Amino acid sequence: MDFPDDLYYTDDHEWLRVEEDGSTALVGITDFAQRELGDIVFVELEPVDSEMAQDDVFGTVEAVKTVSELYMPVGGTIVAHNEALEASPEQVNDDPYGEGWMVRIELDDPDELDDLMDAEAYAEMVA
Amino acid sequence: MAESSLKTTPLHAVHQELGARMMPFGGFDMPVQYTSIIDEHMAVREAAGLFDVSHMGEVEVTGSHAFDFVQHLVTNDASTLYDGRAMYTVMCTPEGGVVDDLIVYRRSEDTYLLVINAANIEKDWDWMVSHNPMKAELRNRSDEMALLALQGPQALAIAAPLTDVAVDDLKFYHFAEPDPGAFLGCEDALLSRTGYTGEPGLEIYCEADKAVDVWHAVMEAGAEHDLHPAGLGARDTLRLEAGYCLYGNDLDEDHNPLEAGLGWLVKLDKGDFIGRAALQQVRADGLSRKLVGFVLDERGIPRPGYPILSPDGDEIGTVTSGSQSPVLQQGIGLGYVTNDAAYTEPGQPLRIGVRGRMLAATVRKPPFHKQ
Repeated sequence: MDFPDDLYYTDDHEWLRVEEDGSTALVGITDFAQRELGDIVFVELEPVDSEMAQDDVFGTVEAVKTVSELYMPVGGTIVAHNEALEASPEQVNDDPYGEGWMVRIELDDPDELDDLMDAEAYAEMVA
Repeated sequence: MAESSLKTTPLHAVHQELGARMMPFGGFDMPVQYTSIIDEHMAVREAAGLFDVSHMGEVEVTGSHAFDFVQHLVTNDASTLYDGRAMYTVMCTPEGGVVDDLIVYRRSEDTYLLVINAANIEKDWDWMVSHNPMKAELRNRSDEMALLALQGPQALAIAAPLTDVAVDDLKFYHFAEPDPGAFLGCEDALLSRTGYTGEPGLEIYCEADKAVDVWHAVMEAGAEHDLHPAGLGARDTLRLEAGYCLYGNDLDEDHNPLEAGLGWLVKLDKGDFIGRAALQQVRADGLSRKLVGFVLDERGIPRPGYPILSPDGDEIGTVTSGSQSPVLQQGIGLGYVTNDAAYTEPGQPLRIGVRGRMLAATVRKPPFHKQ
């Protein structure tokens, strides 16, 4: 399984990538999570402009066999959805760290990133 | 991951080699999927899939009282069977609740094979042993028999070159027993035109130590027919699209076969059997609830335990099985509702409570995928 080094990870199996501007980040679910869920049928997300705290539910993923909630890795405001998932939710299975991203958030407090795991710690957790 | 309490089938190593995702089911460590439930599902609808269902249980009934035992045990009429003929049925408690659903094969006048659900093997065995006043000979052959299900529009074409049996000529719910050694070296094979997918296909019974050989031979024969290994995930979505009940979800001892829509399996006039009086009473009194099929008109997936509501918002039932239909790309499900034509007639509107939201649904008679 693939856990890129440049991402932060949560124990609920989300990943977060801080973008170049340093104030926004993309959030999705990990390779481990998409494998556990199996075929993803759709992704429902809280609306753009929602202000959310760390650990708030920002959406749900429906797979054929199961449904799973999505938790904010850190506090922030949702500024965009990956609208391509509307028509092609399978991108989450096919490319969880790329085309399968789910929301772009504006970070409230970059210090919250310290609560998250790095790739090595996450890989150890799911091993 | 391998929990020591879980049993394995003779094909366990094959599943692991194929990289299957394994999951406990009915007390067995079983493959849920090899690549993707949706891909495996569509392979069975469009070409063919091969399932290991060796977790299913088999009880052999023999001796001069075999027929009397079967006729007493199950609700369907075993007197309509002949050698090479199988039937689907249920067996009930004296109160009319479903102990299990099963297939009865008549191998000869005094040899029947009863195929039962994996999760119920122990319960069913105890039930049969304790409801055998005629003292038929019972043998639990579950551990020594393997079962592979070859299902899909290409299934019979794949199987044909592997056997002398004219599988194309076998009718639904008929079976053939190749001579010892004649089918891939199996001493005790049974080829049955049955399945749980809504597609044509064969179920192949053989001795456990031949299961791996049979698996590989069938996969090889299927290579040119786009045969895929298929897991229990696809088996569940396929059976639900076809509208088949799953014991533990849609059937249990708290529900009788009449309300489950399985009245066609209950032959009250065949003579006495366990549960007959109770079922006769239910038929006389009418049903209080009924199993219905439905499709979601909005995006969402119904799941077992979700409430079913009337358009006015009154709770009228509970979802017992639900999934996304890979063919319809829509949510589909089964559930028990109050027996009122307003809720049970095809085309009637319902609501399904999906995690706090009320989604519009419409009653529809399965199979869901053929409309």
